[in-house]
Amino acid sequence: MKYESQSVAKLYFIAAIALFVGQILFGVILGLQYVVGDFLFPEIPFNVARMVHTNLLIVWLLFGFMGAAYFLVPEESERELYSPKLAVLMFWVFLVAGVLTILGYLLVPYATLAEITMNDLLPTMGREFLEQPTITKIGIVVVALAFVFNIGMTILTGRKTVISLVLLTGLVGLAVFFLFSFYNPVNLVLDKYFWWFVVHLWVEGVWELIMAAILAFVLIKVTGVDREVIEKWLYIIIAMALISGIIGTGHHFFWIGAPDYWQWLGSIFSAIEPIPFFMMTLFAFNVVNKRRREHPNKAATLWALGTAVMAFLGAGVWGFLHTLAPVNFYTHGTQITAAHGHMAFYGAYVMIVLTMISYSMPIMRGKIAANAKAQVVEMWSFWLMTVSMVFITLFLTGAGILQVYLQRYSATPLSFMDTQAKIEIFYWMREVAGVVFLIGLILYIISFFVKGEEVQMVESAVKE
Amino acid sequence: MRETFTKGVARNIYYGGSVFFILVFIGLTVDTVNRLPTTDNRENISAEVAAGKRLWEHNDCIGCHTLLGEGAYFAPELGNVYTRFGESTEAIKAFIKSRPKEGIPGRRSMPQFNFNDEELEQVAQFLKYSDGIKTARNWPPNIQG
Repeated sequence: MKYESQSVAKLYFIAAIALFVGQILFGVILGLQYVVGDFLFPEIPFNVARMVHTNLLIVWLLFGFMGAAYFLVPEESERELYSPKLAVLMFWVFLVAGVLTILGYLLVPYATLAEITMNDLLPTMGREFLEQPTITKIGIVVVALAFVFNIGMTILTGRKTVISLVLLTGLVGLAVFFLFSFYNPVNLVLDKYFWWFVVHLWVEGVWELIMAAILAFVLIKVTGVDREVIEKWLYIIIAMALISGIIGTGHHFFWIGAPDYWQWLGSIFSAIEPIPFFMMTLFAFNVVNKRRREHPNKAATLWALGTAVMAFLGAGVWGFLHTLAPVNFYTHGTQITAAHGHMAFYGAYVMIVLTMISYSMPIMRGKIAANAKAQVVEMWSFWLMTVSMVFITLFLTGAGILQVYLQRYSATPLSFMDTQAKIEIFYWMREVAGVVFLIGLILYIISFFVKGEEVQMVESAVKE
Repeated sequence: MRETFTKGVARNIYYGGSVFFILVFIGLTVDTVNRLPTTDNRENISAEVAAGKRLWEHNDCIGCHTLLGEGAYFAPELGNVYTRFGESTEAIKAFIKSRPKEGIPGRRSMPQFNFNDEELEQVAQFLKYSDGIKTARNWPPNIQG
């Protein structure tokens, strides 16, 4: 570790992993509720479990991004963090707010939570992914501002690199677009239109900047490839991400009462959205092939390559599968969407955070890389989680195709619930894959505690 | 190739491209907002509908259902439920009211929200208003949602 203050990232990463476990436990509960409809009913109804599942994901990814920034920025800026104390303070604020919110979901009915947090004063609750009480949302804004300030001051008073500036742009965008979560008009079409300014412009916009910046940082570290080369890639990837992704928001405006021209704009621009992800895959493999050193942290390299491939498959390929308006007419709001959502979030954002953790955690624990045995366990967890996520996606896709056919395409359409009964087998198989994912996650945690011989850094001769 | 496509060029594509498309997006958003009155059924937004939307939100209905295709995929689409239930708010109210407290053994069931008559009417009116939004190609594809 080059700078003492980088170690604040450790706190963030530990919290991220702990919340990740919670997310997956609730994922397994939800999967079971799909087939055993009354499981935990009425104590934990599906909507509550789903809120916990998705909100934990968002919160732990934000912990992951913040941790990644706190580790990356001092090293890039070649100075200590502007205020490590503020970083620690905001960690506790965010953790307490996050945990209280989740407990609120679980311990009282949602309507009661809305009442005691006085949602009527500034109603923002009850919309997908933005279920947090308004007071929590305000807390998120405060934490985000303090965080961006801390990171921004570090970057602006230190060495400015392309990586740190791109990361900063992404983080500022994250904070800015979240402000749309406070706009909740009664007019449903307006509500939905601007809701996507948070959701789409996060995951198909500024988060891609954060992802690309973290990936570029880790690749420089593990491959030793020249910064100039990496920065050029970084620029062109994020350029394509924003050029396609901003107007690509239109693929969410097809069927919500917005003008018809969005069907053309949304289809065309979102058809380009896989390109930046494909370039990320090319970039990662290219750079690893041209590596100038053999970094002993093989696991981190595996995660870096894995996230590039899986983001392309999940966000790029599975996104394209149902993004053209004539296709989306039939698939909108079915299990196809769920399939895409799972692999895209895992491939792009879960794996990029795990890439950063894999690279930085050993360093923060005082060694260049985890020992060989621990890395083997970590790689097992990589494969278990990744392969089971592929299967979750495939099973949901199978369920989705059948659902579209039975409920929307055939000459004698079945009702929603009758259709659900007919595709149950896919949900069972998805649940099995989900349990395998959980096993992979447990193994991942175990990998931090496996003891073995220390590894050394080997600089290889420059290949030319 | 390598000489002409420099880091500087890549950076300019990034800045130029992003700024250009952000401006286009803002323009399209203004245009969309201006056109919405013809489709978004705003003439039927009453105090009752507004209260219904608040109830919809305060009970996290989107956590199981989709509304115009967005939400969770655990329970039926509700953007056209008014049509599906024979254009009857009474049928919608009766359904919500009759959900068993302890659920249905082995099956998915909607929770019992204990709405009073006024609240039931508000939720039903909100769903009726949602059904009146003119979606492109009259989405969803058929009555089943």
